[in-house]
Amino acid sequence: MKSRSLLRNVLPPAVFGIGFIALWELVVKGFDLKPYFLAPPSKIWQKFIQNFDLIWGATKVSGTNALIGLLVGAVFGILMSLVLSRYRTLSDLVTPLAIALNAIPIFVLVAVLNNMFAITSEVPRRIMVTLVVYFIVLVNVAKGLTQVSPTHVELMKSYAASEVSILRKVRVPNAVPYLFTALKIAAPASVITAFVSEYFGGSQNGLGSRIASNIANSKNAVAWAYVLGACLLGLAFYVISSLLEGVATPGGGSKRAETGPGARRGN
Amino acid sequence: MSAVEISSLGKVFNAGSANQVDALVDIDLSIAPGEFVSLIGPSGCGKSTLLRLIANLLEPTSGSVTVNGKSAKQARLDQDYGMAFQQSGLFEWRTVAKNIELPLELKGWEKAKRRARALEMLELVKLADFAEHYPWQLSGGMQQRVAIARALAVHPQLLLMDEPFGALDEMTREHMQSELLSICRRTGSSVVFVTHSIPEAVYLSNRVVVMSPRPGRITKIVDVGIEGERTDATRDNAAFFAGITAVREALRGVEMSDHVRGIEDR
Repeated sequence: MKSRSLLRNVLPPAVFGIGFIALWELVVKGFDLKPYFLAPPSKIWQKFIQNFDLIWGATKVSGTNALIGLLVGAVFGILMSLVLSRYRTLSDLVTPLAIALNAIPIFVLVAVLNNMFAITSEVPRRIMVTLVVYFIVLVNVAKGLTQVSPTHVELMKSYAASEVSILRKVRVPNAVPYLFTALKIAAPASVITAFVSEYFGGSQNGLGSRIASNIANSKNAVAWAYVLGACLLGLAFYVISSLLEGVATPGGGSKRAETGPGARRGN
Repeated sequence: MSAVEISSLGKVFNAGSANQVDALVDIDLSIAPGEFVSLIGPSGCGKSTLLRLIANLLEPTSGSVTVNGKSAKQARLDQDYGMAFQQSGLFEWRTVAKNIELPLELKGWEKAKRRARALEMLELVKLADFAEHYPWQLSGGMQQRVAIARALAVHPQLLLMDEPFGALDEMTREHMQSELLSICRRTGSSVVFVTHSIPEAVYLSNRVVVMSPRPGRITKIVDVGIEGERTDATRDNAAFFAGITAVREALRGVEMSDHVRGIEDR
């Protein structure tokens, strides 16, 4: 029974994926598309194997930048949301500024940051990732901390609970699913940000800059091989954050909504 | 000493502003230990507000509330009462047993003692097999039973309930009413029970307090004259129907003076 449902869940997308790659191969071969236009998957795979060490090295550089930015951004985002949920006046003060900051196409900051640090430094890229992750985590976790069920708060008051107890026993647990939602968005975003920030100069050592330089040298298939590496890195980040969610929410996060908030108050 | 003593109680929301609401005026009510009192009335009559004033979740504008001879605030700080709402308000990240342990945790009880009390309470509401389940694995009626078990966990003298069965279907609801009465017989708690349903109020209560809106006040207190222990047979009892008629008449008086909705006449 279990193997059958696995078959039903995994088989169709797997067949579709293989079919898509086969079609790609056929189209490139059949219409004799030139390699500078589109490389066939077989060639990309070949280049991927040939350049594996280089791609792995570049993946480590971009991946490290993304990971450090993700962790630092998440920590700062969580801390700030705790502060803002505790001091509402501060929240009113800071939120408009945060929204304004978030509205800046923040990638342009990389150029500025590159100017501030040494040109070969990875710090500007990590700061970029940190900023992107920080806002995603801040907005979601702050929502989780404040949007608690009114019934829960009344109950805690009836137990004579202090604000600190309400934070620990209601607000924080309530925010946990919000944190993982944020991380599932932030994890792939951190990888994308790490790539894109490489386009603004600095060391040519990451996946993003390698893709750009290989395309500049008309090494299309190699560029695609790096794209494949980028895909796998982004996927790895997403899968890990999803697995963490499964571990951290007992009984499955999605089921929670059924008993969740939405208090209907008849007098 | 009465379980709850309310004298000349008044509550005004948004005092002084354009949308000032006189939620309650001049409420006097005394509830004896072990007594079951229902508050009934149309939406906006202030019955939930009155419950929250007893619970000290709201502060009165005038008058006073005492619970077990203490100020309402002191009674709240001492966890002298347990409370249940229409929403079961279970914490979905805690198991059933852990939910019941929460008020005890906040009182600083140690783990083993908490667990023993939680299991005792689950026994009382006949859910002993569900201690390690999560709330979403339970039906609505079972969730509400857990909420009642949690309200009773500190062995309070007083139970405050705000339409606890309002979201349940009729069959489950009648079953829960009988369960609640049998629990109260065992614990000897007094109950203040807010409801929209006339039969529910009459079946459960020694006295039914009928309230009217704008401003919220008590219009009549109906003594329910049902003798002896209440069972399912009580629902066919003449005294039960007499009680329903009396409450309905009292409410109709309210209706004459105002356009009233929100009473379930079933």
